[in-house]
Amino acid sequence: MEEPVWFAGISTCVKLLLIPSYRSTDFEVHRNWLSLTSSLPLSRWYSDETSPWTLDYPPLFAYFERFLSLFARLVDPKMVDLHQGLNYSENSVIYFQRFTVIISDLCLFYGVYRISRNLGVLQRRMVMGLIVLSPALIIVDHIHFQYNGFLLGILLISISYLEEGRDLIGGFFFAILLCFKHLFAVAAPVYFVYLLRHYCRGGFFKGFRRFLMMGAAVGVVLAAAFGPFLCHGQIQQVLRRLFPFGRGLCHAYWAPNFWVLYIILDKGLGFLLSKVGFNIKTPSASFTGGLVGDSSPFTVLPQVTPLVTFVLVLLATSPCLIKAWRNPRPMLISRWVAYAYTCGFFFGWHVHEKASLHFMILLSVVAIKSLKDARHYFVLAIVSCYSMFPLLFGAEEYPIKVLLLLLHALLMYSGFIQQFSKSAASSTKGDDSTKGFKEKAVGSTNGDQVIVGWVGTCYLLGLFVVEIWGQLLQSYIFGDRFPFLPLMLVSIYCAVGIMYSWLWQLRWIIKCS
Amino acid sequence: MEKKPSNNNGENLSWGSGTLSLAIVALFALLIRVLVSLHPYSGSKDPPKFGDFEAQRHWMEITLHTPITDWYRNTTYNDLTYWGLDYPPLTAYQSYFHGLFLHYFHPKSVEIFTSRGHESPFGKILMRWTVLSSDILVFFPAAVYFVVVYYGSRRGKNRKEDMVWHLALILLSPCLILIDHGHFQYNCISLGLTVGAVAAILGNNDLVACFLFSLALNHKQMSAYFAPAFFSHLLGKCLKHRNPFLRVSQLGLVVVGTFILLWWPYLSSVKAIMEVLSRLAPFERGIYEDYVANFWCTTSVLVKWKRLFTMQQLKLLSLSATLTSLLPSMVQQIKSPSDHGFIYALFNSSFSFYIFSFQVHEKSILLPLLPASLLALEEPLLFKWLTYYALFSMFPLLCRDNLIIPYIALLALFILICYPPNGRRQPTSRTHSMFSLKTLVMILLLLSSFILQIMYLTLRPPERYPFLFEAMIMLLCFSQFVLLAGYTNTKQWIFSNSSTLMEKEKKML
Repeated sequence: MEEPVWFAGISTCVKLLLIPSYRSTDFEVHRNWLSLTSSLPLSRWYSDETSPWTLDYPPLFAYFERFLSLFARLVDPKMVDLHQGLNYSENSVIYFQRFTVIISDLCLFYGVYRISRNLGVLQRRMVMGLIVLSPALIIVDHIHFQYNGFLLGILLISISYLEEGRDLIGGFFFAILLCFKHLFAVAAPVYFVYLLRHYCRGGFFKGFRRFLMMGAAVGVVLAAAFGPFLCHGQIQQVLRRLFPFGRGLCHAYWAPNFWVLYIILDKGLGFLLSKVGFNIKTPSASFTGGLVGDSSPFTVLPQVTPLVTFVLVLLATSPCLIKAWRNPRPMLISRWVAYAYTCGFFFGWHVHEKASLHFMILLSVVAIKSLKDARHYFVLAIVSCYSMFPLLFGAEEYPIKVLLLLLHALLMYSGFIQQFSKSAASSTKGDDSTKGFKEKAVGSTNGDQVIVGWVGTCYLLGLFVVEIWGQLLQSYIFGDRFPFLPLMLVSIYCAVGIMYSWLWQLRWIIKCS
Repeated sequence: MEKKPSNNNGENLSWGSGTLSLAIVALFALLIRVLVSLHPYSGSKDPPKFGDFEAQRHWMEITLHTPITDWYRNTTYNDLTYWGLDYPPLTAYQSYFHGLFLHYFHPKSVEIFTSRGHESPFGKILMRWTVLSSDILVFFPAAVYFVVVYYGSRRGKNRKEDMVWHLALILLSPCLILIDHGHFQYNCISLGLTVGAVAAILGNNDLVACFLFSLALNHKQMSAYFAPAFFSHLLGKCLKHRNPFLRVSQLGLVVVGTFILLWWPYLSSVKAIMEVLSRLAPFERGIYEDYVANFWCTTSVLVKWKRLFTMQQLKLLSLSATLTSLLPSMVQQIKSPSDHGFIYALFNSSFSFYIFSFQVHEKSILLPLLPASLLALEEPLLFKWLTYYALFSMFPLLCRDNLIIPYIALLALFILICYPPNGRRQPTSRTHSMFSLKTLVMILLLLSSFILQIMYLTLRPPERYPFLFEAMIMLLCFSQFVLLAGYTNTKQWIFSNSSTLMEKEKKML
C-alpha cells in the first residue's frame, strides 16, 4: 500500500498549494448547487432559477452536493444561503470547496490503485504517475474547479472489475457513474454490448437470468437516483435540464474535434467560392449560439443537427461494438471504452474541451502495455493537455500550466524509456516465462526505443509555435485585430492531434482485437 | 503489497537519462516554488510598514530613482527610516535590475514616493517572478554544480540515483522555499552563491570559490556566518601548499578585487564607506528580536541580559561567545583541511553564529540548514531533524504571514521525498531500534512539537503571558539545535582524527 499512498501524497501536496489559484465560474456553479440543495426541498432542485447556474447534473451529483452542504453549513452558514451566498468568495468557501475536491479525489486514488495493483512495479508506477499527477486533471479540477477526479475514479473502479471478470459489480459502478454525470453515457453502448455478450452468456436461461440480474442492479441505481424526482412529478424537468439541446454545436471555446475542422473547411470553401465569383451570403448565426430558427451558421456545407452528431458518434463507435459483440475480451474493455469516449469527443454535440479527460485517463492504463501504445499516448497526452491551456488565461497561472505540462512530458518520456528498455532487454534474453505474458507488440519492437518519431516530434514542436504565436507574435503583427485567432489556432492544431489519436485507435481496434 | 527490488538500474541507465532525471527534479522544484508564490507575502494588506515584500519593492524604487551614491544616505528622496537599504551593495544592484524589470512592465509599482505600500495583483506577480528568476539563475545551477562535483568523483552502485535524490533534497528543502517564495526574500541568491563556492572548493577551484563567496558576502552580510569555515579551510589548504605565501596572496587578491569592484561607487571617501557600513550593522536593534531560538533569547527567560548589561558589554559578550564556540571547528580545519570536514565546519560555524551572535532573526536558521542539506545523504537524521525543527522555529512567523497551508504542504512533501516508496532509504536496522530509548525520545519530541502547533493555532495564550506559546516553541527548538550543534562538532573532530589515522596508516604501509 505504501506506493499508492506516496503518489497520492505528492499530488495532494500540489493540490493543497493550488488552493488560492484562479477559479472559473464553475466554482460559483458548484457553490450555488450547495446552497440550492441545502435550502430547497427536493422537488424544487431542478426548477430553481435564483442563479443562472442552474443544476444540470444527474440526481446522484445533486445528492452529493446535498451531502457536502451538511458540512458547509457548519463551516460557514452564509456559504449555503440561496440569496446572500451568491458570488460569495470569502476564504471559508474557497477552502471548503477546494478541500472537498481534494478529499473526493481519494476515490480516484482508490480507482488507480485497484486498476494497477496486478501490474509489474515499473508499470504500476507509470500508471499511477500518469493518472495521479496528470496535468490536465489538475488544471481542470484543482485550478479551474470541477469534480472530475472522483468520477474518473468510479470509471476506473468499474473498468477494473470488468477486467477481473466481475461484470455485475462493474456494471453497477458504471450505472452509478452515469447517475453522477450523464456525459459518461457515451460509452453506454459499449458497456451494453460487452455485458450482454460477456456476462449474459451460457445458454438462453442462464443468460436471461443474468440479464435480469444486471437489469436489477442498474435499475436499483436508477431508481435510487431518479425515483424521488419521479414521485414529485419532476422527471420531465430533470431530463430537460440534463439534455439542453438548445445549445450550439460548439462550446464557447471550441473543443479540438471534428467540427472545428468542418467549420474551417466551410469557411475556406466559402472564401474560395466567393473569389471565383459565386454569390455567397455570410451567415448571421454563430456556432456557439444554438439553433435559432432555421438559419444555418454554415456558408457552404450542410447544416449540422444534434441528430447528425448522434448518428456519427454511433457510426464511429460501431467497429468496437462489432468487435465486442464477436469476442468480448475483458483485457480489451479499457481500450473499447476509451475509444467510445474518443468518438464522443470527436463527433459529439456541444463538447467541452475537458471531456478529453475521459479517454485520456483511461488510455494511461493502456499506454504501458506496449511501445506502440506508449508512442500514441505520448502525443495524445501532450496535445489534450495543451488544448486545455486556454482555460487558464491569467499571468499568474501561466507558469503553472507550462511547468505541469513540461514535467508530465519529461516524466512520461523517462518512464517509457526506462520501462521499454527493460522489457526489450528481458525479451532479447529469451526469458520464456515472461515472454508468454507479454503483448506481441513488445516482441516486434526489438529494443527500438524511439518514443516519438520525427513526424510526432515536428507536430509537438509545432505546439511551441502555436503557443508563441498566441502569446507574442499575434499582438505584434495584428495588434487588436482578430482576437479569436490564437484560440482558433489552438483548437485546429489540437484537433489534428486528436484526429490522429482517433484514427490510431480505430486502426488498432479493427486490426488487433 | 509485496516489495520488489526495483529501480536499482542506476548503472545501466545512460548519462542522458541521468540528466533527464535532474531536469525532472529541477522542474518539479520550480513548480513547487511557483505554487507557493500564489500564497500571500509578508505584510500583505498591513499598513503602514507592511513587511519584507514592501522593503524589497521600496529598494527597487529607491535604487531606480536616486543616484547610486545616495542609496545608503538619508536624502529628500531616500528616507532611511522607512525601510532604508540595509544590505550590502550587491543587493542594491540586484534591486536596481529588478526595478528596471518592474518599471518596464508596471511603472506604477516602482514610482518614487507614490508607490509606497503599492499592492496590486500584477505587481505581486512581477515581484514573485523576480525571486523565481533569481532562484533559477543562481540557486538551481549552484545546486546542480554541487551534486555533480560531489558525486562526480565517487564510484558506487547507486551514484546517479543518489545524485538525483540529493538534488531533490536540496531543492525541495521547505524552509528556503517558504521564506523566499512565501514570506518574500532573496536568500536564494546569497545561499546559491555560497553553494557555488562550496562546490568550487570541492572541485579544487579555490579562486572561483573566493570570488563566489565574496559575492555572497556582498549580497547579504549574514553570509559571514560561513566565513570562518571558508577562511580556516582555505588557510589550512594554503599552509599545505608548496608556497603558502603566494597562495594566500592569490586568494586574498581575488577577495579584495571582488570587494573593490562591488564597492567602487562608495570608495570615494572614508565617510561614504562608513555610511554604508553603519547601515549594515544595526546594533541599535538589540541583541535579539521577537522569539528566536538562540542562546540569548532563550536564556533571557532566566537572565535578563538586556537589563544586566549595556549594549557595549553585550556586543563584547556575544562576540566572545561566538568566537569561543567557533574555535574548535576552525582549529580542526586549519590543522587538517578536508572536503568532508569542510562541510561540517560550515555547519558548525553558521550554527555558532546563529546561537551566539548579536541580532539574529528566526530566518537565519536557513544558514545552518544549507550545509546540513549538503550533508543530507551522509547525515540523514541530522538533516531531517534540523529541517523539521528549523521549520517549526519559523512557525509563528509563517502563521503571521498566513502561510499555514504551504507550511503543511511543504512539510508533507519533504517527508514524502525523504521516504520514497522503493524503501532503499529506510534504515535497515529497523527491528531492533524500534523500541530503543532514542526512538522513544524522538517520538515524544515530535509529539510535543505537534501539540504545540495545534495549541498555537487553536488556543489563546493566558493574558499574563501573551507570548507563552512562542516561548515554548523557542525553548523546544533551541534544545534541539544545541544538541545537533554539539553532535556535529564532535563528529567533525572524530572524523578528522580517523582520517588522519588512515593517512598515517597509509604512510606506514
